[in-house]
Amino acid sequence: MVVAAFTWTEFAQQLAAGIREGSIYAGLALALVIIYRSTRVINFAQGEMATFTTFIAWSLMNHGLSFWTAFPIVLAIAFVGGVGIERILIRPVENASVLTIVIVTLGLALLLNGLMSMIWGGQNRQFHGPFSTRTIDVGGVPISVQDIGIVVTSLALVLLLALFFRYTKLGLALRAAAVNPDSSRLVGVRVGWMLALGWGIAAVLGAVAGMMIAPVVFLDPNMMQTILLYAFAAAVLGGLDSPVGAVVGGILLGVTITLLGRYVEFIGSTLKLPAALMLILVLLLVRPGGLFGKVAVRRV
Amino acid sequence: MSLLELRDVEARYGPVKALHGVTLSVDEGELVAVLGANGAGKTTTLRAVSGTVKRDGELTFSGARLPRRAEATARAGIAHVPEGRGTFSELSVWENLRLGAYTRRRGNVKEDAARVFNYFPRLEERRDQQAGTLSGGEQQMLALGRAIMARPRLLLLDEPSLGLAPLLVTEIFRVLATMKSEEGISVLVVEQNANLALAHASRAYVLEVGRVVVDGTSDELRKNESVRKSYLGY
Repeated sequence: MVVAAFTWTEFAQQLAAGIREGSIYAGLALALVIIYRSTRVINFAQGEMATFTTFIAWSLMNHGLSFWTAFPIVLAIAFVGGVGIERILIRPVENASVLTIVIVTLGLALLLNGLMSMIWGGQNRQFHGPFSTRTIDVGGVPISVQDIGIVVTSLALVLLLALFFRYTKLGLALRAAAVNPDSSRLVGVRVGWMLALGWGIAAVLGAVAGMMIAPVVFLDPNMMQTILLYAFAAAVLGGLDSPVGAVVGGILLGVTITLLGRYVEFIGSTLKLPAALMLILVLLLVRPGGLFGKVAVRRV
Repeated sequence: MSLLELRDVEARYGPVKALHGVTLSVDEGELVAVLGANGAGKTTTLRAVSGTVKRDGELTFSGARLPRRAEATARAGIAHVPEGRGTFSELSVWENLRLGAYTRRRGNVKEDAARVFNYFPRLEERRDQQAGTLSGGEQQMLALGRAIMARPRLLLLDEPSLGLAPLLVTEIFRVLATMKSEEGISVLVVEQNANLALAHASRAYVLEVGRVVVDGTSDELRKNESVRKSYLGY
C-alpha cells in the first residue's frame, strides 16, 4: 500500500473525520461513565441499547416519519427504556457484587441482540440520516455536511447535559447520589430513582450516537460492537470517573486513530483498534487514573 | 406532646443487636444530649431515628409514625448530621448547601444561604471550594449549614466536637444555641464530651450497652454520683 503525498487539505479532512468519529465515541463513553459513576459497573449492554433504539428510529422512518420527527420520539423511548431496564433488571441486583451486575448487563446485551435479529433480521440496512453527504467549503477544506451535523448534534447534547448536571437541582442530586449515596439519602434525595434516571440519560446518549453513526455505516444488530470497544477505550483514556474525560477522551481517540490509520503505513485500517488500545496502555502506565480521573482531596 | 418519641426501640447490624429497647423523647425547641461510652449505642440511636439502620419499636415524630426510609425521614423534617459529617467532598461548598435545601419545594435558597453565611462567615469565603479540601472545623460548619438549609424541625447531631479545637467547639455550640432559639429547631445531640453536652442541653440520657441507664435534667445528671465519676471525670 502506498501512502499518497501529504497535503494540509487532506490532513484537515482527516482531522474532521477523526472529530466526527470521536464525537460518537464521546457520546457513548459519556453514557458509560454516567452509569459507572453511580453503580461502579461498566454497562456492556450500552452498544446494543443504542442499536436497538436506532432500529426503532429506522422503523418509524419506514412508516413515513421524517428523521427529525422520529428523533424526539426515539429519545423518549430510549429514556423510558433505560429507566425501565434499571428498575426491572438492575434494581434487584443493586446490592449484589459488581460481577453479578456485569453479568446482568452482558445478558441484557445478548438478549437485545437476539431480539433485534428476531424483529428486524440480521441483514445490513441502509439508514437515511438527516444530513446530506455533499461537501461544503470550510476555509478551503471540503468537509461533508454530514460530518459537521454529526459533530454538532453530538456535542450539543453533551453541552446540554453538562448544563443540566451543573445548574439544575435534579442534576445536582444526580451527581450527589453518584458520589455519596448515604449522605444523599440524609438530605432527602431518592437515590434509587437517581440511578434509574442515570440509566435513562445513558440510553438517550446511546440513541443519539446510534442514529448519528447509522447513516455512515450500515444498520445491523452488531453495528455498535466495535464502536463500543472504542468508547470503552475513550472512557478509560479520560478516566472512568470523569464525564469531561469521557468527552475529551472520545474526541482525542477518534482523531488519533484516524490520523494513525491514514499516515502510519503499517497500521492502516486493520490495526486501528489494537493501536488505540496500545496507546491507552502506555498512557495508563503513566497516569493510572486516566487523563482526568483524579482522586478527590480529602482532609479529616 | 413531644416532638420526637422513641419507645422500646431496638436496632441491629446484621445479627448484632446494638439497641435493646431505648425510650427517649425530645420536646419542641429542646436540646437533648445522649451520653455514653464507645459502643453504647449513641450513634445507633440517631441512625434508628433517621432510618439508616434496621430498627423496631415505636417511633413517632410530631404525633405521626416515623417513616422507615431515610429519604422520607429527611422529607418529614429531620436533618441528620452523621458521624464523619457526611459532606459531599467532591462537590463545592455552595453545592453542598444547595443539596441541603433539596427537600424544600418553596423558599429562597439564596436567603437561607445568607443566614448560613451569617452564622459561619468562613463558609462564604470558601463558597466555590471543593468541600473535601476544607479543614475539619469548616466541614463541621458546612454540615450544620447544610442541615439549616433544610429548615428541619429536628436536628440529629453526631459528635460535633470530635477532632475539633476547643475554640471551634465553642463556636459551633454557640451557633447551635442560636439556631435553637431563633429558628426553633429541636436538637438531639450525641456527645463524648459530657461536660460540654450538659452545659448546653436541658436534659440528657446516658446509654450503656444499648439501654438507657440514667436520664434527667442536666443539673440532675451533674449531681448524680455515678454519672459524675464515669462521664464527667471528677
